[in-house]
Amino acid sequence: MTAKRRKFSSGKRSNLFAYGLLFPSFIFLTMFTFYPTLKSIQLSFYSGPMTRLQFSGLDQYKEVLADEIFRKVILNNILFMLGTVPTSLLLAMYLAIWLNKRMAGSSLLRTSFFYPTIIPLIAVANIWLFIYTPQYGLLDNFLHLFGAGDTNWLGNPNTVMIAMIVMIIWKDAGFYMIFYLAGLQNLPRDVYEAAEIEGAKPFQMFRHITFPLLMPTTLFVMIVAITNSFKNVDHLYIMTKGGPDNASNLLLYHIYEAAFTNWDLGKAAVLTVVLIVIMLGITAFNYLYLDRKIHY
Amino acid sequence: MKGKLLSFVLVLLVVLAGCSSGAGVEEKTEIDFWFPVAVGGDVANIVDGIVDDFEKENPNIKVNAKYGGSYAETMTQVMASTQGGNPPELAVLFSIDLFTLLENDLIEEVTPLFEEDFLNDFYVGFMANSSIGDKVYSLPFQRSTIVLYYNKDAFKEAGLDPEAPPENWDQLVEYGKKLTKNGGKDQWGLEIPSTGYQYWMFQALALQTEDNIMSEDGKEVYFDAPYAKEAMDFWLSLGKEHKIMPEGVIEWATVPSDFLSGKTAMMYHTTGNLTNVKNNADFDFGVSFLPSNNQYGSPTGGGNIYLFKDLPEANKKAAIKFMKFLTEPERVAQWSIDTGYVATRESAYETDLLKKYVEEFPAALVAREQLEYADSELATYQNGEVQKIFNDHIQSILTGQSPVDEGLKKAQEKAVEVLKPFQ
Repeated sequence: MTAKRRKFSSGKRSNLFAYGLLFPSFIFLTMFTFYPTLKSIQLSFYSGPMTRLQFSGLDQYKEVLADEIFRKVILNNILFMLGTVPTSLLLAMYLAIWLNKRMAGSSLLRTSFFYPTIIPLIAVANIWLFIYTPQYGLLDNFLHLFGAGDTNWLGNPNTVMIAMIVMIIWKDAGFYMIFYLAGLQNLPRDVYEAAEIEGAKPFQMFRHITFPLLMPTTLFVMIVAITNSFKNVDHLYIMTKGGPDNASNLLLYHIYEAAFTNWDLGKAAVLTVVLIVIMLGITAFNYLYLDRKIHY
Repeated sequence: MKGKLLSFVLVLLVVLAGCSSGAGVEEKTEIDFWFPVAVGGDVANIVDGIVDDFEKENPNIKVNAKYGGSYAETMTQVMASTQGGNPPELAVLFSIDLFTLLENDLIEEVTPLFEEDFLNDFYVGFMANSSIGDKVYSLPFQRSTIVLYYNKDAFKEAGLDPEAPPENWDQLVEYGKKLTKNGGKDQWGLEIPSTGYQYWMFQALALQTEDNIMSEDGKEVYFDAPYAKEAMDFWLSLGKEHKIMPEGVIEWATVPSDFLSGKTAMMYHTTGNLTNVKNNADFDFGVSFLPSNNQYGSPTGGGNIYLFKDLPEANKKAAIKFMKFLTEPERVAQWSIDTGYVATRESAYETDLLKKYVEEFPAALVAREQLEYADSELATYQNGEVQKIFNDHIQSILTGQSPVDEGLKKAQEKAVEVLKPFQ
């Protein structure tokens, strides 16, 4: 304890300097994260029209949690997460291992897998809107070659979610691939040489060396991917407006609807609190639980 | 570095402050005017022109035209600036946002501000969404109805008379069957959009059958009335039974593109698209009333000019002046020509400008004539939520997720729940 204190006093000046450097970021964090979060929590206890909010305590929470659409949206979001995260992670890892080899055209391939990341989601939505258009869209045209009929991908509640998931995987896998490429570059060579001498097969190498050693990268990318699955909603605005009948609606878009089409700020605040809790839960689970299980 | 930046900003501010106080010799009244531009034609330029003309006539008033995107985005911006304690003087917003704006106590009643003759010159069909009882709350500005667009060349090809569009539901189906080629693969007979504004399309079918689906005071809805069921059955049958329309949900924005590219021979769409179709169709097209069931019918739609509350006296005066200016017959006529929206005042159709245009392009008259059979667009308290409930259930019926009766009954129950506090 005393040792610690002494350390603190000697390091006081450098600590102050560090805090000074952190201060600008802290201002922005306060303005755009802490304050709105607290404001949302406060607002979630009020209901009524925007200009005449009434204190309603926890009533609004009961209302929202019992709401059919809310449940559907949460379920959708979980499906969306399960659909996008594992697949894009595995795909990203596969691409990274494949493109990590020195071969002709590897930088061209890297670029082409990475480029969907650079396109804004709104633009991606417009491109895929054309792909999914019934009859003369790219996908239907392609499927016509195999004698398939027209499919209204976005107009059918059974296919709309799959369509969204495929699009997001296409957009994000290349982004995660970059992280894996960076992770692969840092792996120690000698382990592989040892494995080669022992006569390990490529898959065994992946299973026992590459995969475990990439775990820190996987953890990081997984957090990004999971939060993305709650954050990526811009495409809904262009493609489906959450329809048909909320089949593609996600939590963040639902918040947008509650706030800016229904002007129900109280309900939107409750939903925001739910979103914050989910996000904090995911992050805590990752850093407090998974983080300890990983060998760095 | 930071210090430098800060001082630079300060200097800039001082310079700017100097400019703004030095330039204005006399006090100008400034009014903010919000406007949605993502609807029909190149309206931003037209509005800029109108503002310039107005400022020439009134040198002591400055109008800041602020452009939102869609109606919904404009509404969001207006509400946000109101919340920030900086409401605009005027805004063009959906006529059906009336109840939301009233609920939040944001707008001024305009009945006492204008002469009766002036208000009476607006079409009754448009005033329905602009007033409650005899209190007028906004002025109709760019208003539309739904009309039938049909491809005359496709009609000829199918052996139909291109000058005789379908007049009733039976004919619509019959013609639709003749116009559908190769099971819709090459051409559909008809497309009715079912995203975004499906409640609006539904209203047309309900009005043609019997009546509208809500009460005038915005407190009741009749989503599961017998005539509403009949309307929904018919809509569903077009794709499911008669196979003259794609099944499932049809995107609002792609319907005009489908029509222009010959993917569909007929479409139900807003008159706000008339100028767009006229400029881009490379075939002969016609516009007509929506086919009737027991009667003709279509809801009105579009935007009104709202005057906001609690303004300083000078600003209020200037805003009223600009409202009058915007709705002068000549200007209303020009607006209708530029965009395809229906001119909102009877006297606009008396102007030489519009008379001449209508002679060259009679299609522009169809919407006005249909006004006789038009009724208000769905507007209730908690409008956003009620609209969404109904929209969701229409889609759920059209995609076969729920049967007609059950879907409409559920929509009715949920809407009643939302409207309960207003009874």
